[in-house]
Amino acid sequence: MTDIYLDNAATSWPKPPSVLAAIEDFLVHAGGNTGRSGHRRSIASSRVVSLARERLADLLGADSPDDLAFTKNATEALNLALLGLADGVERVVTTSLEHNSVMRPLRALEQRGRCTVEVVPADGHTGEVDLDAWAARLRAPGRCLAVAVHASNVTGVLLPVEAMAAAAAAAGVPFVVDASQSAGHVPLDLAKLGASAVAMPGHKGLLGPTGTGLLYVAPGVEVEPLMRGGTGSRSESEHQPDFPPDRFESGTLNGMGIAGLGAAAAYLADLGVERVRARLAALTRRFRAALERADGVTLHGPADADRNVGIVSLVVAGVPCATVARLLDDEWGVMTRAGLHCSPAAHRSLGTAPEGTVRFSWSHETTEREVDAAAEAVRAIAAGARTPGAVETAA
Amino acid sequence: MRWGGVVSFFASEHAMRSERALLRAGLQARLVPGPREISPNCGVAVAFVWEQEREVTRALEQSKIRFEAIHRYELDDGLRTAEARA
Repeated sequence: MTDIYLDNAATSWPKPPSVLAAIEDFLVHAGGNTGRSGHRRSIASSRVVSLARERLADLLGADSPDDLAFTKNATEALNLALLGLADGVERVVTTSLEHNSVMRPLRALEQRGRCTVEVVPADGHTGEVDLDAWAARLRAPGRCLAVAVHASNVTGVLLPVEAMAAAAAAAGVPFVVDASQSAGHVPLDLAKLGASAVAMPGHKGLLGPTGTGLLYVAPGVEVEPLMRGGTGSRSESEHQPDFPPDRFESGTLNGMGIAGLGAAAAYLADLGVERVRARLAALTRRFRAALERADGVTLHGPADADRNVGIVSLVVAGVPCATVARLLDDEWGVMTRAGLHCSPAAHRSLGTAPEGTVRFSWSHETTEREVDAAAEAVRAIAAGARTPGAVETAA
Repeated sequence: MRWGGVVSFFASEHAMRSERALLRAGLQARLVPGPREISPNCGVAVAFVWEQEREVTRALEQSKIRFEAIHRYELDDGLRTAEARA
C-alpha cells in the first residue's frame, strides 16, 4: 500500500533532501556547541546557526536576524511571548479559534488570578472576526494583551491579523500572533505585519525538522525571557544578557535542527512561498470539489480555497472520526488526524465538539492523485456507513 | 599576513554575521577565539587587516550589526605561524 501522508498540519513530511543533508553535514563537519568556544567545530556550528537565522529573517521579512529567537517549537515560542508580556496585564483578549498552546498558558494565568481571558468570537468557516468587537475589547479599561491565531489548525481559515494588529496598535496593546499554520504556507512580512511578537514552528510549513521553532519579537518590544542561563556571552555576569537573540536563547541550541531549518528556508526562498500558497489552494479546491456533494460527508472550513492554508476538516455521518482515520490509514494508506486537534475552543465554535473532525492537510508536494485517492476513500467510507454492517461504527 | 585588528562583540551571533558581512564586502576577515584582554563578553572575535580599518567600520555600520569595539591588536594566527614555519 502506498503512503499518502496528509497530516502536514501536525508536521510536514517529507522534508526536502537538502534538509536531511544539512543535518548530516552539521553533525559530521561542525558538531561543536554554538556560541560557546573558539575552536573550529564550535565556530562552524555558530556559522550554521547564524546563517540559518539570516535566511529565515530574509524569508519572513524581519528587519534583522536579531528579531528572531530559536525555540524548540511554536508552543515554547507562544509561552515565551505570552508569559513574557503578561506582567501587569489585567486582561488578555483572544479569539474562539485558538489552539491549546495559546489557551492553556492563558487559562493558567487566569487560574492564578493574574488576569481575565476575554474571547472574541471568530468564524471557523469564513475566518471573519467582528473587528469592532475586537477593537472595543482592546480599548476597554485595564491593561491588556491580545493574541490571535493567523490560520485555524482545524479548518485552515485565515484570520484578518493585519486589521487586528492595526486595532491593537491603535489601542496601544501588545499583540501576539500564532503563525503555526501560516508560516511557509502564505507569504509573511513580519516587520510590516504590526504584531509585537509572532510565534511559529520550524517543522510544519517551514519544512524544517521537529524540535525547531521561532519567535519574532518586534524591535523595541520588551519580552521577559522564559528561561535564563548560559548563553556563551557576558559569562562574567550572573544576570541574563539584555540583548537579542541571547536574551531568549539560554542553554545549548538545537544546532542540527536549526541547520535543517536553515536549509529549508533556502529551499522555500528558491521555491517561493506564493507558489506554495497557490499549490495548497489548488489541492484544497480539488478535494472539496470531490466531496462537496458526497452523501454523508460534511465539510468544515472556508469554501474559498484562497482563504485557506491547505487544511480540510470533515465529518462522515454515522462513523466516529477516530474510526474514519483508522480506516483511511489501514485500508487506503491515507494518514490524517482525527479528534479535537488540541483546539477544543475552535471545535466548540464550529459545533464539532466533543467528537471533532477528521483533518486532511497538504504540503506543496502532495499530488492530485493522492488528493483524489483520499476523496475516493472518504466516499467509500461514507457509502459503507449507509450499508448496515459494512463499516464498524464504534470508535 | 598580519591581521592587526580585532572586532569584539557582545554575542557570538553578531560575530558570525560580521564575518559574513566583511567577506561579502570583499574584505579580509577571520573568526578567532576572543582575546581575554580585549573583552570577556563573547567567546569569539573577528580579526581583520588593520589597514582596512576604515572599510571594516563602514561595512559593520552599514550592516547594522551590533559590535562592542574595534581594537588594534597584533594577532599571531595559525596562518602566519604556518608561513613562518615554511
